Amino acid sequence: MAGWRCDGKKLQKYKVIANLLHQGNNLQLNGFHPVLSLSVVTSFPPAQHVLRVHDLTVSYKRIPAVHHVSLELKCGSAVALLGPNGAGKTSFFKALVGLVPLESGWIELHGKNGRSAFAHIAYLPQRSTVDWDFPITVRELVEMGRYQALGWHKRFEAEDRRQVEHALETMDFKDLAERQISALSGGQQQRAFLARSLAQNAHVFLLDEPFAGLDKLAQELLAEAIKTLAGRGNLVIVSHHDLRSVPGLFDKVIFLNGELVAYGDVHDVFTQENIARTFHTHVFSGLAHEPRIPAGTVPP
Amino acid sequence: MNLGSLLEPFRHEFMQRALFGCALIGFTNGVLSAFIVLRRMALMADAMAHSLLPGVAFAIIFLGIMPGTLFLGALVAALLVAFGTQLISRSSRIKEDTSLGLLFACSFSLGLVLLSLSTVHVDVQDYLFGNILGLGDADLWIVYAISLVVLPVLTGLQRPLLLMMFQPSVAGSQGVPVNALNYTLVGLLVLSMISSLQAVGVVLALGMLIAPAATVYLLCDSFPKMFWLGGVIGATGSCLGLLASYWLSLPSGPCIVLLLGLAFVVAYLFSPKYGVISGLIQGRHIHEASLARWRDR
Repeated sequence: MAGWRCDGKKLQKYKVIANLLHQGNNLQLNGFHPVLSLSVVTSFPPAQHVLRVHDLTVSYKRIPAVHHVSLELKCGSAVALLGPNGAGKTSFFKALVGLVPLESGWIELHGKNGRSAFAHIAYLPQRSTVDWDFPITVRELVEMGRYQALGWHKRFEAEDRRQVEHALETMDFKDLAERQISALSGGQQQRAFLARSLAQNAHVFLLDEPFAGLDKLAQELLAEAIKTLAGRGNLVIVSHHDLRSVPGLFDKVIFLNGELVAYGDVHDVFTQENIARTFHTHVFSGLAHEPRIPAGTVPP
Repeated sequence: MNLGSLLEPFRHEFMQRALFGCALIGFTNGVLSAFIVLRRMALMADAMAHSLLPGVAFAIIFLGIMPGTLFLGALVAALLVAFGTQLISRSSRIKEDTSLGLLFACSFSLGLVLLSLSTVHVDVQDYLFGNILGLGDADLWIVYAISLVVLPVLTGLQRPLLLMMFQPSVAGSQGVPVNALNYTLVGLLVLSMISSLQAVGVVLALGMLIAPAATVYLLCDSFPKMFWLGGVIGATGSCLGLLASYWLSLPSGPCIVLLLGLAFVVAYLFSPKYGVISGLIQGRHIHEASLARWRDR
């Protein structure tokens, strides 16, 4: 039980909660509406799982893009990753799933690191990186989420089918499951990819600018989906540009500007001062002559 | 044309052999074709096909005309071009398409020069445009062996390949060995190119490798279907093309490729969902519910 920072008594308590949570999930599977069952789940405190990032640095051809970021995020929350273009948001995500080599630092999820941690982190790239004409239906896309657990050859079992159905249902795809992915609206496309990550049984979801180009209704549906995930005890980190909507959508924020400016609860950290320090200065490029912004990290 | 003359090709042993070869080559190329089209490797495939020639020429000059040596020469030449391309594009600022184009033009020219210098009498036409009617036992064995490698590998690697083709970055994060799979795909490409060398030659090999998947791409929205339907279209198209060439006394290679091209044109025009003409015929509204609501106004 490495990674659980608590004494024996607390641990026992959390085990009970985890069991209850599990039952909550089962309730949901028995045909409850996802939003209704959400209230069942959230009536318990979220499981105390932690994503730990320590001294993370990512460089491209010796030019650093993310500098010495250290933070600790509890699962069961929706986190906004804020920062100007070039602040290293995508690099940060890629580092979390092991797509770029780390110059320094480490990442730990539930006390595990390396491949075993990456397996539980799902990364949803920006919409423009997907070939939408690819011959694949929503259902097949979600089935792809099971490949990691199945390996290259194992057969699709009833359990896998159930997971796929559940993911489709949670993201509200009952009628559209057989559609080719380009025949979906922008918001539906985002939720289709969320459904795939759900079927993957991912614990941490990294969403790269999912709200870009969505209309108001689609944004609301996606926000609903993100809250559902956070309510189930997942950690959802979303890179985001619309500052006004942050307090309504997220309960934590990370300000990134080449380096970590601040992170913590929305009502503590989402301040004019931090916004100014993140967006109204040059992105720190690691060069000595630039004015260095002191990384006044606020503890969560 | 009566029934007797229609069935005539099936009575000749060389035609039976050729038909069997065509079905096998067409199926293998057709299945692989889905991967080539979705991975956008068409230009690469073309280049690979042309770069087989110097290998064949080398084999003829130094080892004599034997199917085994031709196979070996072609394989080495194609692999050299494939890895040379990677080497140049990764070690300089030249991009991959440029280095590929450069290498394939050079190696094709080298092949033509070598063949013209060769003291052994060879018909360049056979290698440029294929000669499936001259398919010998050894050739058939090579085709058979190549299919036995390509088809199981593609079926076995279907999941990781699908992940890689759809989103290489996500596949990488899920532990799929993206680079190794890429090289595997190039290797399979070279193998099936060599098998179609006999049937349609280096110039037309691309047709067998692209046309089936291009056709199926317009017909269905599901990858597993695209995979197998490509094989079926490749096999039937090749066999029908060969028969047509016999009935009409036309060269076989071009007939095969033309027939596959014809299938593509039919799909392009009349595919239920993506066809150009069927789109015009069906009218603007596809969704019945919205059509009903629109009429009610």
